[in-house]
Amino acid sequence: MHQTTELVHELAEKYGRSRENLLPILQGVVEKERYLSEGSMINIARELDLSAAEVYGTATFYSFLEYKKMGQFVIRVCKTITCSMKGKNQILLTIQDMLKIGVGETTQDKKFSLLETNCLGWCHKAPAMLINDEIYTELTPEKVREILSDYMKK
Amino acid sequence: MATAYNLKRADFIFRNENDWEKILSRTLQRDKQELINELISSELKGRGGAGFPTGLKWKLASEAVSDQKYVICNADEGEPGTFKDREILTRVPFKVLAAMSICGYIIGCNTGIIYLRGEYKFLKSELEKAIKEFEYYCKEIHFDFNIQIFMGSGAYICGEETALMESMEGMRGEPRNKPPFPTGSGYMGKPTVINNVETLAHTFTIFKYGSKKFYDLGVQFSRGTKLFSVSGDTPKPGIYELELGMSLSDFVDEFGDGDTKAVQVGGASGFLVPRKRFNETAIGFKGKLSGISLPTGGSMMLFNSTRSMYNLLDNYLEFFREESCGQCTPCRVGCQQLLIGIKAVKSGAKPAGYLDKLLKLTETMQYTAKCGLGQSVANSFSSIVENFREEMIY
Repeated sequence: MHQTTELVHELAEKYGRSRENLLPILQGVVEKERYLSEGSMINIARELDLSAAEVYGTATFYSFLEYKKMGQFVIRVCKTITCSMKGKNQILLTIQDMLKIGVGETTQDKKFSLLETNCLGWCHKAPAMLINDEIYTELTPEKVREILSDYMKK
Repeated sequence: MATAYNLKRADFIFRNENDWEKILSRTLQRDKQELINELISSELKGRGGAGFPTGLKWKLASEAVSDQKYVICNADEGEPGTFKDREILTRVPFKVLAAMSICGYIIGCNTGIIYLRGEYKFLKSELEKAIKEFEYYCKEIHFDFNIQIFMGSGAYICGEETALMESMEGMRGEPRNKPPFPTGSGYMGKPTVINNVETLAHTFTIFKYGSKKFYDLGVQFSRGTKLFSVSGDTPKPGIYELELGMSLSDFVDEFGDGDTKAVQVGGASGFLVPRKRFNETAIGFKGKLSGISLPTGGSMMLFNSTRSMYNLLDNYLEFFREESCGQCTPCRVGCQQLLIGIKAVKSGAKPAGYLDKLLKLTETMQYTAKCGLGQSVANSFSSIVENFREEMIY
């Protein structure tokens, strides 16, 4: 909790405290903590002199600003039409099979979270997924297994 | 038959950009009015999909009186099936940066902002390097212009220009009422030029080669070239620069896999064209082409006969339901009801005639939704349901 307060303070110092700095600050917290806890949103509201409801309302609008606790690595599998046609389901099944979690869940060790997302802009190299900010394209179940095994060692 | 124009490839956007410094300093010495006229006579229209004349936009912003103005590069490329803007920012970033600063010179502002979608965060560090190099050169030629990157956070609607500005101001990305238009009152209430990445890259081409070269490409009302993002059931997915005005049958001959059943032109918010209409459909802005002409942000998705058009519509509607900002009722409730409706028809819970009710609902959305998202759901919905009705039912 204390750490979050400091982080929010640092970010507010860096970006400024007006309303147009809200998104960069929210993004900064998500980058460090992977999600926005209730506490962090209250902290941000205090720093920027906004109501907590305003911060919550803004944060929950954006799909990349998670407000549920997320694992260290957030996997986002694209589910829009081309990826869906080119085998997204097999990719999802492979991940679910390896991590033993469903979509929207986080592994027990808090390392991985699995989500579906809308078009990532890699339709010509479908199917695609993001792990945090890294993009992986032209996925096959074998390729996914390799990628995830590497992440498991991290 | 729509046109006799054949598919013509072009190569301007990705042609090398090593001369950007020369072009920039040369252009900055020209008269502002002359540059605007050059742009207007090229008849360049916005390449994000809406097709507003770029020259006019810059002219309006240049005439606005304000102590502060902004140039925004819209890199919130979220339309399903579009991926050209990322390629431009990766391969020829200096063209975009130079175009932004030329726009700044013309309208009288020194701040440019690139709104980059959250999904493309991996581009950020390279782009920042390019910006640093660019700003260094600007200092050398004593031209005051700086560019920042603003990151999006995964919201399709923020590609809509006023929603994007709301988002930059720290709000929910909900579109504003128009007017006022951004050229009069945009980001922070100041006059703002907001252009798609590709549009900016085209202005660079125009300033480099002159408007005539650009105007000579394409067809009437649809001048110049356009990047097309080709995906789906095609042996050669990727990005291609083509002259506007080609007929869709030519396009399918070139990119189809021999069994193309339908092409989605313009992404989920565009139109599905079935095989029987390939011949009469041309790709370009609405104008004098006989037959149907479809504008597009460049998304071309091909589907062969193994694909279910019901699944396609289901996928689009789920997309719209999630991405609707929820601000206006027709779009928020409409998208949900459409999805529930087609599922009910498919499962037999509702009779086939219910589809007509849903079509009426999309018509209502088209008239009453506040922004392009809600209005354009009707495009794909009606073009899919009308052409593949039996697939929706059985």
